[in-house]
Amino acid sequence: MQRRSSTALLSVLFFGIALLYLPIVILIGYSFNASPLVNVWGGFSTAWYGQLLHNRQLLQAALLSLEVALTASSGAVVLGTLAAIALVRFARFRGRLLLTGMVNAPLVMPEIITGITQLLLFVSMVQLFSWPHRGFTTIVLSHITFCTAYVTITVQSRLQGADRSLEEAAMDLGASPARAFLEVTLPIISPAIISSWLLSFTLSLDDLVISSFVAGPGASTLPMVIYSKVKLGVSPDINALASLIVCAVGVCVVGAGYLMARGERRRTREAQLALTDRS
Amino acid sequence: MKPTWRPGRWLIILPPLIFLAVFFLIPFAFAFKISFAEAAPHVPPYTDLFSFTPGHHLQLALSLGNYRYLLTDEVYGVAYLYSLRTAFFSTLICLALGYPMAYAIARSPKSAQGLLLLIIMLPFWTSFLLRVYALEGIIRDNGFLNTLLLHLGLISHPLRIMRTSLAVYIGIVYSYLPFMVLPLFATLEKLDPLLLEAAADLGSTPRRAFIDVTLPLSLPGVIAGSMLVFIPAVGEFVIPSLLGGPNNLMIGRVLWDEFFGNHDWPVAAAVAIGFLLLLAGPIAIYQYYNVRQLET
Repeated sequence: MQRRSSTALLSVLFFGIALLYLPIVILIGYSFNASPLVNVWGGFSTAWYGQLLHNRQLLQAALLSLEVALTASSGAVVLGTLAAIALVRFARFRGRLLLTGMVNAPLVMPEIITGITQLLLFVSMVQLFSWPHRGFTTIVLSHITFCTAYVTITVQSRLQGADRSLEEAAMDLGASPARAFLEVTLPIISPAIISSWLLSFTLSLDDLVISSFVAGPGASTLPMVIYSKVKLGVSPDINALASLIVCAVGVCVVGAGYLMARGERRRTREAQLALTDRS
Repeated sequence: MKPTWRPGRWLIILPPLIFLAVFFLIPFAFAFKISFAEAAPHVPPYTDLFSFTPGHHLQLALSLGNYRYLLTDEVYGVAYLYSLRTAFFSTLICLALGYPMAYAIARSPKSAQGLLLLIIMLPFWTSFLLRVYALEGIIRDNGFLNTLLLHLGLISHPLRIMRTSLAVYIGIVYSYLPFMVLPLFATLEKLDPLLLEAAADLGSTPRRAFIDVTLPLSLPGVIAGSMLVFIPAVGEFVIPSLLGGPNNLMIGRVLWDEFFGNHDWPVAAAVAIGFLLLLAGPIAIYQYYNVRQLET
């Protein structure tokens, strides 16, 4: 549906967008404020950024969070893609309804419930099998759980839109079903796989509630350190850190989006050329 | 035409099925079990339900005390109600703001749609925690908003927004707005413009056409978006904790305090189970509409 929108509609749209972005813009502004007081502009300064490099606690937490995010998003991409293939390609199998429910529920389940139930599982598992120890392993396992849901939904909708005739053509030419899938369909759904990896990475990097429950004493991820600092009051170095994270993520997402859109256009053009050549 | 992968099928289905069953589903069973235990000063900090008496008889010690406590201590009732009310009105505000936004995007040229969606989704990709913190910079007593209004001479005293219900509402709407816009856009985009033309041809005013055609057809999006905002908002912890005051006791905060403050795991488990029962209806509605939308 495409028709011209009225000014009223457009102004609501721009008001909404302004609401979403204003706090971030102001935060970045504060991060360059030389004065530690929020309501006084003490001139332009990058001192708070310099201080970050000397904060060992923050650096250690950032390192742990990056390791967790890398591991969890990679694990989630594998499991989520498998789940998406199962749900789209296999019309009927035992456990289909269960799988559908389990990939959709984590998207809306309040984190606090997931967090506490998973902690109780891990604690009970330790009693039974003396594994897993709370810390890196438990954080990764719980992050994989909620990231898998996001990956499945993203890849599932892409796979549904993928044209199966190309895969069938490959099989007519003698490729096995698995080979046809890997060489024809996998490249088509790869943008969805890449973007869901990125999404999982940022979601894992950001998670506070679930990590706080399952991390146990000793391990602190970056959001946990940020939360405890913010809870105590304003800290200008958190402004600097937040600006860095928000900008880095923003640049990565926009960049990846641009590259994928370009690759996508090229692939569509090639497919069109291939089809017109034949006729 | 039906290619069957029978042999490899279970290799694809089983890994995610087993993983999610173990780490998402089974935890609820453990939480259920532990909600019948009692707090105890050892590791892990709750009593065993099963124990062997000296005569080697298996003994089952179920305690309903946690649930009784949940029903009698009014903190929980108040927190449940406050959470439901806050989530409900935040969802309505998100809908009022998100519907026109989604509608405007759906009606803009195809070339602009991708960009607009990216702009809406970008905040969702960046840190949730940091965005809530950023919001504090605006609504704090000496924050951006008050400084601006004082400078303009519109107010003489700073507005008190932080640590009030209003701050919690602003926080939830700000954080969850993208979740409302996206499913709404997905249904509005699929809407056939010919239907509206047909309505106009049959003498319908644009307003009537919107009420009779657009609104009913976008209902699945309205429901999916509302559930996507409502359910997590009921259990929100970060927003009431950072922006709300001591009176804005949402159930997520109560659960957190029970767990980290009082170290009473069994009561926390009982709160979580009670909370889950409360959300079972909305989650079922969400699943129904979401699955239907994904499979068509």
